[in-house]
Amino acid sequence: MRKNLNVIAAYSIMMVLIILVGVFQSWNIALSIFNMCLISAVMTMGANIQWGYAGLINFGIMGYTALGGLAAVLISVDPVQEAWSAGGFDILMCLWLIIALVLIIRFILKNFQKSKVRTYSIAALIISGIILIRFTAEPGIEAIEDINPAKTGFLGGFGLPIIFSWIVGAFFAGGLAFIVGKVALGLRADYLAIATLLISEIVIAIIKHEDWLTRGVKNVIGLKRPAPYEVDLQSTDWFINLVEKFNSGKLEVFSNLSDRQAALNQLVIEGSSIFVKLCYSGLFLIVVIILLILTQKALYSPWGRMMRAIRDNEEAANAMGKNVVKQHLLIFILGSAIVGIAGAMLVTQDGLFTPGSYRPMRYTFLIWVMVIVGGSGNNFGAILGGFAVWFLWIEAAPIALFLINFFTAGMSETHALKLHLIESVPYFRFLMMGLGLLLIMRYRPKGILPEKIEIK
Amino acid sequence: MDILNALILLLNYIFIPALTYGSQLALGAIFVTLIYGILRFANFATGDMMAFGTMVTILFTWYFQSLGISLGVLPTALLAIPFGILFMIIYMLSIDKFVFKYYRVNKSPPVQLAMVSIGVMFVTQAVVRIIIGPSDQRFFDGEKFIIKAREFKEMTGLNEGLALKSTQLITVLVTIVLVSLLFWFLNKTKTGKSMKAYSDNEDLALLSGIDPKKIVMITWIIAGILATIGGALYGLDKSFKPFTYFNNMLPIFAAAIVGGIGNPFGAFLGGYVIAFSEIFLTYAYKKFFIYILPESMEPESLVQLLSTDYKFAVSFSILVIVLLYRPSGIFKGKVL
Amino acid sequence: MAYFEGIEMTGGYGNGPNIINSCTVNVNRGEIVSILGPNGAGKSTAMKAMLGLLNLKSGSIKINGKDISNLSPQDRVKEGISFVPQNKNVFAGMTVEENLEMGAFLLNNEIKDIIEEIYELFPILKEKQNQLVGELSGGQRQQVALGRALMIKPTVLMLDEPTAGVSPIVMDELFDHIVKVKRNDVAILMVEQNAKQALSISDRGYVLVTGENRYAGTGNELLNDPRVRSSFLGG
Repeated sequence: MRKNLNVIAAYSIMMVLIILVGVFQSWNIALSIFNMCLISAVMTMGANIQWGYAGLINFGIMGYTALGGLAAVLISVDPVQEAWSAGGFDILMCLWLIIALVLIIRFILKNFQKSKVRTYSIAALIISGIILIRFTAEPGIEAIEDINPAKTGFLGGFGLPIIFSWIVGAFFAGGLAFIVGKVALGLRADYLAIATLLISEIVIAIIKHEDWLTRGVKNVIGLKRPAPYEVDLQSTDWFINLVEKFNSGKLEVFSNLSDRQAALNQLVIEGSSIFVKLCYSGLFLIVVIILLILTQKALYSPWGRMMRAIRDNEEAANAMGKNVVKQHLLIFILGSAIVGIAGAMLVTQDGLFTPGSYRPMRYTFLIWVMVIVGGSGNNFGAILGGFAVWFLWIEAAPIALFLINFFTAGMSETHALKLHLIESVPYFRFLMMGLGLLLIMRYRPKGILPEKIEIK
Repeated sequence: MDILNALILLLNYIFIPALTYGSQLALGAIFVTLIYGILRFANFATGDMMAFGTMVTILFTWYFQSLGISLGVLPTALLAIPFGILFMIIYMLSIDKFVFKYYRVNKSPPVQLAMVSIGVMFVTQAVVRIIIGPSDQRFFDGEKFIIKAREFKEMTGLNEGLALKSTQLITVLVTIVLVSLLFWFLNKTKTGKSMKAYSDNEDLALLSGIDPKKIVMITWIIAGILATIGGALYGLDKSFKPFTYFNNMLPIFAAAIVGGIGNPFGAFLGGYVIAFSEIFLTYAYKKFFIYILPESMEPESLVQLLSTDYKFAVSFSILVIVLLYRPSGIFKGKVL
Repeated sequence: MAYFEGIEMTGGYGNGPNIINSCTVNVNRGEIVSILGPNGAGKSTAMKAMLGLLNLKSGSIKINGKDISNLSPQDRVKEGISFVPQNKNVFAGMTVEENLEMGAFLLNNEIKDIIEEIYELFPILKEKQNQLVGELSGGQRQQVALGRALMIKPTVLMLDEPTAGVSPIVMDELFDHIVKVKRNDVAILMVEQNAKQALSISDRGYVLVTGENRYAGTGNELLNDPRVRSSFLGG
């Protein structure tokens, strides 16, 4: 029970902090933070499954996030017919070529003994395959990218509701994780970390530069939303009435009708954006709760016990007949798939896909700070970590500004040091992340909410 | 004549840049490999530590420039590097004392130390950005070129020019001197050998009376020298931007692992392997073929294996392949 | 009073239970003493306690009458105590000669002569002096390990199962080398599984059971003691 009190206390503090932001800054900011916290929490849960349940390090978080984002684009954008007719054939040919190449290699691997000749011929096959694919694809890619490059210049997607992409994103990320896991999971822990980091760099490089598929750094904007648009809300009667009812106290102050109307308009504009954010919050909250229930169920199932056994003593688990490699692969796929969902959610919320903004190095490490700080192996801890760290990441600048003003209160307003520090306020978030991580690792190495050991 | 032109072309656009870039990577890779071999963790703060050393060097360069001190044709930064090294070493040793030592004494698993190094990475990023800011800084002065492309053309009468920047020559020379000194130290001196012994078998090294504190200190000192010089040379040759240094960590790791992590000589060669393959695979050979092939066979396209967008991806792919097929690196052999 | 002694040692690893209980072991210069006993009897632990690798709750360690109970392992090495661990007892990535040099790390004078002496003792090492130790055979590695430990010219040499995992022929050869070392007036203390062979070259022996001294005596006495024979020497 005491343990549960800890959880409740930690979450209450987090909620109070967000509410304080709402009261003192604005509800808009508070809700954006809350929504991003929810997305971070989903990512953290994915990483936590891999690290906390199985002890696998995945530094490829951003790669899977980007794939989730790509899914959102491919699902929701309407297909660009001209592009398909111009270059679709070539692209499809390439797809067949890639499939054929993979099948041939599989065939060779299965039917021939391992030898130098086999290795070299596979290498030769891959290289000639790549060259062939490049030649086949080039005219198609050029044709596609030439079609209205300012607006499309890519194949587009399937024109389905964007919400489907949350599932498709999971499949995309899971598929990549299957490939990565197949080849890299045998590596030592620190090598695995570096390998996953580099593979995610490669994935993002591809997403950034294959314009025919993703528009690359030209970005995809104006994605369809699962929530209403602010503009529509502002002209909807029931919404205006709702805002009016909600703020009747505030509005009564105005005696003049036109003043009152202006104030109401202002409130409606604000309210519409809050309302949209609330819609997202609701959707995200559903995802978080579903995932939480599933992961908790999994954690306390026989399967979860087996995973912990594998994590704590791989050799013993192996000796007891558990297929460690297979389980590792499974958990690697599951965790990555959850990160993929988060990636799709992120793009859904933003309504745009900006490949340039996926910076594997920075944000991957941020997610890892969340996992460690929250408490690895504990799902409630992971979610809390996502909340606490994202909150700090966003609010670090105001906090730092406050502290700087506090400590340099004695200096004159034009003192060079003070000005320089105030100018550097945005970078204090790195300092806080670093110090937070170091302090937690030193004094509370199991995180804010440590893993509970089941005693039965 | 065309053959000569073609060769100059390759020299100018592939060989010299790759050699320079490779040297810069090599210094960083030896840094990574030393920390890994002796302190036994993957240091994710590598790039940012290099940025810190470079930052101090830049600040001292500006200070000297403001005093009117210069080295004439050579960049003033060379004079500032020793100060950069000094501050870098102090920074590293205090980080070690307050952060890493605790985990080393408690014999924490390497993964935990790697996580801790991420904390150090964030802190170092903050320190660098708060002091010098996140934007591009140039601190090169002195004579920019040793050979200018135009002069070379006039001198030799060839179509292709060969340009040699002074920073390129300085980078290569400094690397050669530094690396030779380092290998002499590691292989010929008693302290160097004791570092090898410590990396090879820690317990037995302790039983032989080797002092671990001294080993750790010397490791950070060497690391500080390598990080600062490597970073400063990169900054002189290209430019200093904290985020670039952070990103450079990836090819540096790639070089260290390709060379066989824990093996400094492998790391040294690994730097060049990465640099040359990046540039070889992304260079457009059209002009080269125009020179050496008869007119009828001249290529239409750029004859580029991969677009330059995939420069980083090349080194990472090499790394992934090496990790999968030969995790101990392509230059197996002695440890450290 | 013996040259090197561990008196009434009691202790275990960390805060765990005691592994050795008022265990007493001593050895004189020019003497080989074996510590024997069943698995888990605390043989290696007793030896590690004398080297300072675990904290004693009570008891003391003395060398030549001087109490060294509070010295760190490194400082005990400086007192002339050398130790050859059971596993990982060489620098596998370094050459034979470098291994020997590392053994003499604490000496500041010229070590060429000492290396020559070691080569005289183990002629095979001279042949392989520039080879990586990791490439040598098991018996040769053990010789490197012995040679490394002898580089500081120790007065006490402690061996933890020096013949574990080597073939019987190599084992005999190693024992011959150990006897040669003893003739240089070195006190040798070793833990051995091959009890019969060990006792046959030992001057004295101790039998430990559950961390306590059970039997003690000269090598021959123990070999001929029916109780020892039946319980530890396989009849």
